[in-house]
Amino acid sequence: MQHVPLLHILIVSTALFFIGMYGMFTRRNLITILMSLELMLNSVNINLAAFQRYLYPQQTDGIFLSLFIIIIAAAEAAIAIAIIIHLYRTYHSVDVEDASELKY
Amino acid sequence: MNLLQFLAVPLVTCLLIAGTPRAVYNRMFALVGTAVQLFLVIYLIRQFIAARIQQPAEVYFLQQFEWFPTWGIQFQIGVDGISLSMMLLTALVVLAGVLVSWNQEKMSREFFFLLVFLSLGAYGFFMSRDIFTLFFFLELAVLPKFLLIGIWGSGRKEYSAMKLALMLMAGSALVFIGLAAIYQQAHSFDLAILSRHAFPVSFQYLFFPFLFLGFGFFAALFPFHTWVPDGHASAPTAASMFLAGVSMKLGGYGCLRVASFLMPEAAQYYGPAIIALSAIAIFYGAFVTLMQTDLKYMNAYSSVSHCGFVMLGIGIFNVTSVNGAVLQMISHGLMTALFFAAIGMIYERTHTRQVNELGGLLKNMPIISTVFILAGLCSLGLPGMSGFVAEMTVFTGAWQNTSGWIRLATILSCASIVVTAVYILRAAGKAVMGPLAAGWQNLKDAAWQEQLAAGLLLVGIFVMGLAPFLLQYLTGNEADGLVRSASSQLINK
Amino acid sequence: MPNLYTILTILLFPLVSFLLLGLTSRRIPKNLAGLFATAMMLISTGASLMVAFNYFTLAPATGHAGNFETIFRFPWLVFNEKLSIDVCIVIDPLTIMMLVVVTFVSAMVHIFSLSYMKGEERFTTYFAFLGLFTFSMLGLVLAGNLFQIYICWELVGVSSFLLIGYYFTKPSAIAAAKKAFIVTRFADLGFLIGILVLSYYGESLDIATLLQRLGNSSDGRFQSASAASFLGLSALAWGLLLVFVGGAGKSAMFPLHIWLPDAMEGPTPVSALIHAATMVVAGVFLVARLFGMFILLPDVMSVITFIGLFSASFAAVIACTQTDIKRILAYSTMSQIGYMMFSLGISNSGDHYLGYTASLFHLFTHAFFKSLLFLGAGAVIHLVHSNEVEKMGGLRKHLPLVHLSFLIACLAIAGVFPLAGFYSKEEILLAAFSANRFVFGVALLTAGLTAFYMFRLYFLIFWGKPADITPHHHGSWLMSIPLLLLTGCTIVVGWLPFGSHISWGGITHHSTINWLFSAAPLGISAFGIAIAYIKYARPSDRTSSSDSAQNWLYRAAFKKFYIDELYLWITHSILTPLVARPFAWFDRNIVDGLIHVVADGVASCYYLFRKMQSGKLQDYLLYFMGGIAAWMIFFFYLWK
Repeated sequence: MQHVPLLHILIVSTALFFIGMYGMFTRRNLITILMSLELMLNSVNINLAAFQRYLYPQQTDGIFLSLFIIIIAAAEAAIAIAIIIHLYRTYHSVDVEDASELKY
Repeated sequence: MNLLQFLAVPLVTCLLIAGTPRAVYNRMFALVGTAVQLFLVIYLIRQFIAARIQQPAEVYFLQQFEWFPTWGIQFQIGVDGISLSMMLLTALVVLAGVLVSWNQEKMSREFFFLLVFLSLGAYGFFMSRDIFTLFFFLELAVLPKFLLIGIWGSGRKEYSAMKLALMLMAGSALVFIGLAAIYQQAHSFDLAILSRHAFPVSFQYLFFPFLFLGFGFFAALFPFHTWVPDGHASAPTAASMFLAGVSMKLGGYGCLRVASFLMPEAAQYYGPAIIALSAIAIFYGAFVTLMQTDLKYMNAYSSVSHCGFVMLGIGIFNVTSVNGAVLQMISHGLMTALFFAAIGMIYERTHTRQVNELGGLLKNMPIISTVFILAGLCSLGLPGMSGFVAEMTVFTGAWQNTSGWIRLATILSCASIVVTAVYILRAAGKAVMGPLAAGWQNLKDAAWQEQLAAGLLLVGIFVMGLAPFLLQYLTGNEADGLVRSASSQLINK
Repeated sequence: MPNLYTILTILLFPLVSFLLLGLTSRRIPKNLAGLFATAMMLISTGASLMVAFNYFTLAPATGHAGNFETIFRFPWLVFNEKLSIDVCIVIDPLTIMMLVVVTFVSAMVHIFSLSYMKGEERFTTYFAFLGLFTFSMLGLVLAGNLFQIYICWELVGVSSFLLIGYYFTKPSAIAAAKKAFIVTRFADLGFLIGILVLSYYGESLDIATLLQRLGNSSDGRFQSASAASFLGLSALAWGLLLVFVGGAGKSAMFPLHIWLPDAMEGPTPVSALIHAATMVVAGVFLVARLFGMFILLPDVMSVITFIGLFSASFAAVIACTQTDIKRILAYSTMSQIGYMMFSLGISNSGDHYLGYTASLFHLFTHAFFKSLLFLGAGAVIHLVHSNEVEKMGGLRKHLPLVHLSFLIACLAIAGVFPLAGFYSKEEILLAAFSANRFVFGVALLTAGLTAFYMFRLYFLIFWGKPADITPHHHGSWLMSIPLLLLTGCTIVVGWLPFGSHISWGGITHHSTINWLFSAAPLGISAFGIAIAYIKYARPSDRTSSSDSAQNWLYRAAFKKFYIDELYLWITHSILTPLVARPFAWFDRNIVDGLIHVVADGVASCYYLFRKMQSGKLQDYLLYFMGGIAAWMIFFFYLWK
């Protein structure tokens, strides 16, 4: 199997990151924002995995770090969804604009 | 005698008040607690005199505890004559304050808690022999005032509470800069060590204003006095009494004990400026008072004018004038507390403080009206009452300074006693004397607790006015020593 | 030397009366209170008469006035090593004389008031205040320390305030009380600064010490005080002038006299005690007390002379036009005190300080006949229920005793032989004659005016068309006793050998009547009385007073030469709108405004930052990302 160059993988992950960022800036739906956030996290994971595989094959730090991120992302998703559900119960909406009372 | 009692008693009283749900017990606890404070102070005075006769010292009953050893901060308390007399003032005013607010209904538990807590701060402040401890207690005495005015006040209470808290905080911030600089210079917060430390003159010139003006905020030094009228006018009676009677004295005491005492050269250098500001406060405050129609505003501005005498005495900084400043602090504390108590009693019955709406109250409230008139007479410096003694001591002290400008400032300050007479008599003539105004026919005279409160303060006023040598015996040596040790520093250089 | 305990009896019994009545005012029966106060006062009077008798006769006067014997001293308030307020009791002939005057008149007033004030609601309080006043006045004359005089000075001021404002529901009474207090307070400011100046140079507050140091031209302190000059006058002169300002305020000298006529709003016996016999002569007493310093400064003495002389004639002119019985008496008081003042003022240029003795002699006799006049006026007012002479007339049938005593008092004040006023006024005129002819001329003219206005008053009240009064009740016998006693005194006190006991410099003056000299004052008095008789005695001429109302001088005098208006203008049109109101505005708008500017500045900052806290998730995200981008740019490209 021919090797995919590192650069291509980085391009994918960068694209993924900015797609996620675009989603975070533009979407008003909290679920979508959460999904965008996951996209960004995963782009970082791809980066980590790629760097480990291409640059430092003998070390496992990158793999572990991405594992950490996956676990944290799962926990974070659980909390975020709980918050979103709670917000929905309170405001009957998952629109982020409606949940701007934190400033007080 | 263990001075920690003066912190423990208010603290225990506070806890008891906080722990009791029923209003009746709250005030009982507050009353008993403050009465115990008064007895303790009197007992302490006895002990103090005995100890002084046995072995004269700079500080008595000194206690030290390590607090933040890395910073050299000690929790250090001790008393001398001046701080003792201030503590006596605090005890009297707090007890009278509790008595006056006996019928406090709104959130009485919190009210009495905060009131007693204030006294804790004041005792701590007056006893501190470490300037960090002193600063700590100074801060402790601001926050309860904010709550007392903001919650139980009247009129524009939120505004006034905020104004008072912010201006006093600004004062504390200035003080803190001064303290930090002192620490940086001398590596100690201990007053005894600092008083022997010779601060370089340029350092003194730079940081004296921070300390003095910072404390000046508390002592209503012109032009930092504008929190006084609003704060006093909005505060509930007991809080006004404490605020004017004790809190404003924190400033004067601080100026004396920290600013002028530690930096005598700067005190001398800035003397004319201080004297000018205090003469302005005295004279100008008296004229501003003339235009007030609200009794509380009147008394608040007159406090500005009277506290000017304290600052004048400190600014002149000789033995007589410093003695006068101390006497004036105590005299003004008693007198203004009495005045606010009388105004509060009138307000509670008539729900107005406008002089023009009142009239002829002497007819059906003879006791309250008499108290009002007596407080007024004390304020205008009638001999036989405390005001006269204090003011004359300040004047005599001030006159010993031969500079022409300072003489002029002294004359202006003396002239304020005429203006004082005008506004006091005008208010008394309208509100208390004269034909009975419509609507005030069925007012009740003072109840027992109010009579007791007024009586306590009046006893203080008359004892001080008739036998000033007693108080002078208590404080005289200390003012003497204070000025002497400061001036010996001057001579040594 | 008088016994300390006797002096303390004199001094403290009125105080006891004040304290007891003041503290129990509502709980004890009124009659008992009045009797108690009167008894206390009588004991005090008896003691002081005894002291005076012993002092002047049994043990002949040990020295001239100003030779103090200090019989009690207690350091009350110590300012520093040199200056302290010592509560002293000092005795000299002047003090003894004043003790007699104060206690005697006070006792008479107490007795008179028992009947006069009957039925008043605050009867007890009234007697308490009388006690306070008497105590303070006695303290003043016994004081041996300058500050102690000031203390008692303020206390008599406040008791005067309380008594003038006794009818506290009457707005005019309150206004008068305030005016009296504030005007005298203003003068006291001068006194206070004077004390500060004198004590600074004399390095003491003790009067005897001050007199030794500053009343002695060879003393170094005197020289330094005279050398220091300010605005062309020496410091000592300033100090004494300022002290004199205080005295002038209490003694109602021009231009600080405006409070005295208004002070007549108080109960009439109070006017007799405070505003005729005792408190108002405190200024004369003060100058006499510090006479040893005053005589060394001719400038100050001439100021005293001319202020006294002007006040005497000025008040006499006003008194000729007034219609309120008590105001006429008030102006007459002012005029007589003017006599005392200028007599003190000229006494260093005449022979052997005769003016000093004459002044105090006049003070002494004046106290009796003036309080008699006031008590008589009180009896009249009691009957008529009005102060206006227009409503009176022909009262000699209703009040024969009052009529007789009033007549004698009028003759005395007019200086008719052989009543007390004749002797004292004679001495003053004699002193003036030998000192300054101009002063003598004006004084003589004023004596004529005095006779005229007093008899105008007398004729208007007791002669002429009888007013229609239903004599509902006569004054009780309690009112007659003081009148009789004071009438007796008015006749006899002139015969006392006053000059041989009270004089300055140890020189005694024996009053001998020089008939040739006396012809002029007696003649001019007779002339004044005659004019008054012609104009006012006959019933048909009642309206004649309004005829002269066309005269501008009359109108100006009737309006008291617009001095009150001038003061009102100064306070209402200058001090209030040009000083007090701008100050108040300045405080609220500039000083507080600056504080607000600071607060608003801080507030505008936080408005700026508050906008960032929008609560919108995407905004925060944007700041976050922007921040990261900024840091990255900073670290990668700018950081070297």
